[in-house]
Amino acid sequence: MSTINKAAAQVTATVISNKRVGAYHQIILSVGEVVRHCRPGNFIAIQVGGESSRMVLRRAFAISRTSESAQFGGTVELIVAPHGTGSKWLCAQGEGSEVDVVTPLGKPFGVPTEPANALLIGGGYGSAPLFGLADLLKSRGCRVDMVLGASNGSKIYAPMEGKRSVNSLKIFTEDGSMGESGRVTSQLSSIIEERGVEIIYSCGPMAMLKAITEIADQHGVIHQASVEESMACGIGICMTCVLPVKDDQGVISMKRSCIDGPVMDGSSVCWDLVGKSTEGF
Amino acid sequence: MSAPVDLSTTLGNAWFPSPLFTASGCASSGKELAQFFPLKEIGAVVTKSVMNKPRHGRPTPRMAETPSGMLNSIGLQGPGIDAFLANDVPWLLSQGSRVIVSIAGETVEEYAVLARKLRSTSGISAIEVNISCPNVENRGLVFATDCDTSARVIDGVRKVIGGEIPILAKLTPDVTNIAAVAKSVADAGADGVALINTVLGMVINLDTMKPHLGGKTGGLSGPAIRPVAVRAIYQVREALPHLPILGMGGVASGRDALEMILAGASGVSVGTASFGNPTALISIKNELRELLAQRGFTSLSQAVGYAHR
Repeated sequence: MSTINKAAAQVTATVISNKRVGAYHQIILSVGEVVRHCRPGNFIAIQVGGESSRMVLRRAFAISRTSESAQFGGTVELIVAPHGTGSKWLCAQGEGSEVDVVTPLGKPFGVPTEPANALLIGGGYGSAPLFGLADLLKSRGCRVDMVLGASNGSKIYAPMEGKRSVNSLKIFTEDGSMGESGRVTSQLSSIIEERGVEIIYSCGPMAMLKAITEIADQHGVIHQASVEESMACGIGICMTCVLPVKDDQGVISMKRSCIDGPVMDGSSVCWDLVGKSTEGF
Repeated sequence: MSAPVDLSTTLGNAWFPSPLFTASGCASSGKELAQFFPLKEIGAVVTKSVMNKPRHGRPTPRMAETPSGMLNSIGLQGPGIDAFLANDVPWLLSQGSRVIVSIAGETVEEYAVLARKLRSTSGISAIEVNISCPNVENRGLVFATDCDTSARVIDGVRKVIGGEIPILAKLTPDVTNIAAVAKSVADAGADGVALINTVLGMVINLDTMKPHLGGKTGGLSGPAIRPVAVRAIYQVREALPHLPILGMGGVASGRDALEMILAGASGVSVGTASFGNPTALISIKNELRELLAQRGFTSLSQAVGYAHR
């Protein structure tokens, strides 16, 4: 049985910087020593709205990168889309603001022990955690190719420094406003074959993760997917963020994406059963 | 500096060093919160209601945040009583935690089966009989909406358990007269009542223009329901001054906990607040101690029901 991330801690973080990048905000938080335990794929849960807020739940964000410096100590970078009331509040916090955070949470991406050909696929701001992962994979001698997709160009998150950590980057937009027209899965089969891809890492909307799983399974490629399911607590106590996952014997159980994920083996997730009743399976 | 206030409390014949408890369904089986504070610092972990068989629960989405609250629609997902007693209870006891086991059944008989299994487990401080989970397909299965069915469940559990372990009946506020339901379970042998379960609610998603939750309806929790809980506690205390009450419903601060204690609760459970703040139970306990001291109370028991004087 999975357990909560043993390094998870509640700390008061300070906003070091908050910049607009396309449709998103790049927010850097100083979190102190806990940064040493943050791995690509881990997430952070942030209290939003201030003391008199009517928002009672934390908001979960993937950690995109981490660093340690003499000036700010340990910092984490988040890419936030100001969609709802909570994320808009966070995006409005200026330098020096303090926020209550719990991190690192969740299971990180698994990294191959031997150098491998890795393909990283991100949908929208789902690309955020992939750049930190790319750095890690490169340092382990992996070849790292990346495919990003979104509905339009303003929703592609691909910073300059991030591009340097990958061997190739291909972009697809549904309206063709950036890169090629189409979706991340449009040329996935041929990319897997041409590049000899051995492992796929993905992060983005559930429909995208499902589509990637189907193609990865056809090619017998390992697929680690970082799932997105709405969470109330992020620490494993509320049971709202569950997904139907089957084990080696084919037995389906409801796994918490905050504890057993967010990174899951794509082929073990029963994508067709997400949002359906699984009682009796 | 902590003020000299005796925070210990009792529920039936069970003694607890602190009046702050987890709320059933809001702490799983305690393992995750133990990452943030020692579980023995609180009165007890009230575990997530467990049924006889393993259960997947309801489809997602299971959650919707609402103003000062949230709806949940979990539907009693759990490992089943056998796995729970084999794994979770021994682990909690090994942490020095006190344990109140919450049970839920679909029939009067299932509750009795669960009680039989609990009777042969040592170390349990009390049993919460959840007869009011709102997340079931059939509203008729919410036993606590009816005095007679409530009494039948409690009577069945009481007969199996005997007099050793206190039994708390968890009630719903979604009734006309909660004091009448409390009286019927007390007459059937409940040592106390847990007030209140979540309030039945719904959110419609404006994108799909359909109910947002997979289970359509859900249970509303959080500060939004706190006045409903305080009212229910006050009414039951007024009608049955000697029946112990474990109060819950939107407690997020020491002030909120004290409010329930003054209304008549001997202990207070914290649920949704732990989702937003994993150390909420500890800060609430410290705030409560200060508030009691400021008002001249030297023990928690002096404050229980103080609003009725």
